[in-house]
Amino acid sequence: MKNLKLASVSVFAMAAASVASTAQAEDLTLCWAAWDPANALVELSKEFESQSGHKMSFEFIPWPNFADRMLNELNSGGKLCDLLIGDSQWIGGGAENGHYVKLNDFFDKENISMSDFADATVYAYSTWPKGTPNYYALPAMGDANGWFYRKDWFARDDIKAAFKEATGRDLAEPKSQKELLEIAQFFQGREIDGKTVYGASIFTERGSEGITMGVTSALYPWGFKYENTPGSYDMDGAVNSAEAVEALEFYKEFYETATPPGYTNSYMGESLDAFKSGQVAMAMNWFAFFPGLYADPNTGGDKIDFFVNPPQNNAGSTLGGQGISVVAYSDKQDAALEYIKWFANPEVQAKWWSLGGYSAHNSVLNDPGFKDSAPFAGDFLEAMGSVQDFWQEPAYAELLLAMQKRLHDYIVADQGTAQEALDKLVEDWTEVFEDEGKL
Amino acid sequence: MPDSPATRAAAATPVRVARKIRGLSDRAIAWIFVAPTIFLLLAINIFPLIWTINLSFTNFKANRIGREVKNVGLRNYERILTDSDIWLNMQATAHFLFWTIFFQVLIGFTLAYLINKKFKGNDLWTTIIVLPMMLSPAVVGNFWKFLYQPQIGLFNYIVAFFTGKDPSSFEMLGSVNLAPWSIVIVDTWMWTPFVMLICLAGLRSIPDYIYEAAEVDRASKLRQFFTITIPMVLPFLMLAVLFRGIENFKMFDLVVQLTGGGPGSTTELTSINLKREAFEKWRTGYASAYAIILFVTVFGLASIYVKALNKVKER
Repeated sequence: MKNLKLASVSVFAMAAASVASTAQAEDLTLCWAAWDPANALVELSKEFESQSGHKMSFEFIPWPNFADRMLNELNSGGKLCDLLIGDSQWIGGGAENGHYVKLNDFFDKENISMSDFADATVYAYSTWPKGTPNYYALPAMGDANGWFYRKDWFARDDIKAAFKEATGRDLAEPKSQKELLEIAQFFQGREIDGKTVYGASIFTERGSEGITMGVTSALYPWGFKYENTPGSYDMDGAVNSAEAVEALEFYKEFYETATPPGYTNSYMGESLDAFKSGQVAMAMNWFAFFPGLYADPNTGGDKIDFFVNPPQNNAGSTLGGQGISVVAYSDKQDAALEYIKWFANPEVQAKWWSLGGYSAHNSVLNDPGFKDSAPFAGDFLEAMGSVQDFWQEPAYAELLLAMQKRLHDYIVADQGTAQEALDKLVEDWTEVFEDEGKL
Repeated sequence: MPDSPATRAAAATPVRVARKIRGLSDRAIAWIFVAPTIFLLLAINIFPLIWTINLSFTNFKANRIGREVKNVGLRNYERILTDSDIWLNMQATAHFLFWTIFFQVLIGFTLAYLINKKFKGNDLWTTIIVLPMMLSPAVVGNFWKFLYQPQIGLFNYIVAFFTGKDPSSFEMLGSVNLAPWSIVIVDTWMWTPFVMLICLAGLRSIPDYIYEAAEVDRASKLRQFFTITIPMVLPFLMLAVLFRGIENFKMFDLVVQLTGGGPGSTTELTSINLKREAFEKWRTGYASAYAIILFVTVFGLASIYVKALNKVKER
């Protein structure tokens, strides 16, 4: 009888354990943009699946629709995503509208320290209000806008001689924005191997964020500031300063004199296509694409090299990249937090970098071998030291779309002057902040 | 008693239901049948319209549910009607509407007139001509984008062949002057067959004996065309114009695929601008006022037009 009782208890305990284990294993969905690093994350996450027993599903949205799709999902309180790697500019809306779970308590409990991550990434991807120790994301993917070029063309004697003759200096990676334009203009319309090539592919896209990301890559090196005093929303004189006007005129000249014909609406995809098809000598794009570009069998390897966005009055690069957040509407927040805890692990971060993701963890970035681990690693570090981001306000979409319109109207549609475009932008932004009750 | 459908229906009605409706007037029974449709109409059309009017007087944002909603009176309407950028969108829409309808009516009627003549391969040509309108606007937008590509696009090469210009010397989608015409060309290519079919129906509805009588009276072909064909096809043509006008006023997909509203805001039609305000900037109150202004414009113009159409039909 005693044995029977013991057997019954054992069977019951085993059944209970089995039920408990089933209840803990969740099917987590992680949402992000559809691009090269997303594939690396799928690979990386297999380790999490085997360790935790949770199953990972992924929802990757093409970049042009990413913001629309995901912000609609968040605004409607959708449960599609348990984890979201959202753009840095969404952090204000994510925090203030209650879309993201605040992670401070969780970080404290799990001994995850934000000082383990690069300062610029913590500031940009995790905090709201900006710079305060209120964390809504863990830095997941460091990124900035950089440049790549045809190293094999730059190395050709005939091209080097022609450049020297035309400009009086040696053909090399540009040290300033003006040198960048000069090189692009030199290549514009040039015959190379019987084919007409062009200077550079830059961002001019109208619909989402393209032209703003491109133009800010010129504005920041000219010393562009969003406000006269940080946090004051006092924009007149900063946004439309003489330096900003000069930078905007520079970008328009770049568009008109050094880009392929028909590049009126180009962003990441078009930039990659132009370079890979041998159409341009240089192209701007996010560092996230650089591992794939280097691995390209036709234009990668020893035919390509990379450089950080050149300075002008100062160093400055447009910030890309994202933090990973737990969606407040998810029913599986505990499992989602488990994923973040796992992802914050230095070993996982090292593997993330080796697979093609851009870790923001100091243990990876400060590793003595990091700079030489990839031909673009040193440039990435340099870029992250001088990044600047767009507004991260809850009303960022209104601010962004206003800028898209004003820039495209001036640069591509050739309407008005740079000063008028920026003055109108100040008016638009002032109206947005007045509506927000911040002015 | 004769075995009529009414008697058969009465016999088939369950006793319990028959007892309930016995004594109801024909009008009441008619209301019972119509009520679900009216309810759906109220729920799906009328209620949202009233709700939109209500929102148009507020600063509501659909992505900021917790934010205090303030009544702003007529401020949204005032902002829209005094915004020079919105008037540029209106101009772009008017340009698109006028020229697409003009070309579609002109070419559609001509094609219908030709197809109406009996010739060998008539049916095959009709099928080929109507193919574009069977395609999805997204597909049409994408492949015309390739056709307009300055370096590899067939359109540029054809123009270059006839004009001797360099194909990559002009950009249909990237030029401020050409982009508005590029969307007119694509919409005309896609929807002219629709106008053609309506005109063809009009032409085929004209009895042959009218032309025979005109022949007896020795009326010339030109006179027959202007005094018989045009007046009798006119109501059909006007109907086609009404359909295309309403459709093109809310044109979105094709233009988004082709230009995304660019370059700058050159081809940003009101529908594209409205979508940006409502679902990208999430200015719901403002966008509601915008939608109401567009609704009143279309409704007013369509009402005037329908009255004119009825007058033409009465003649």
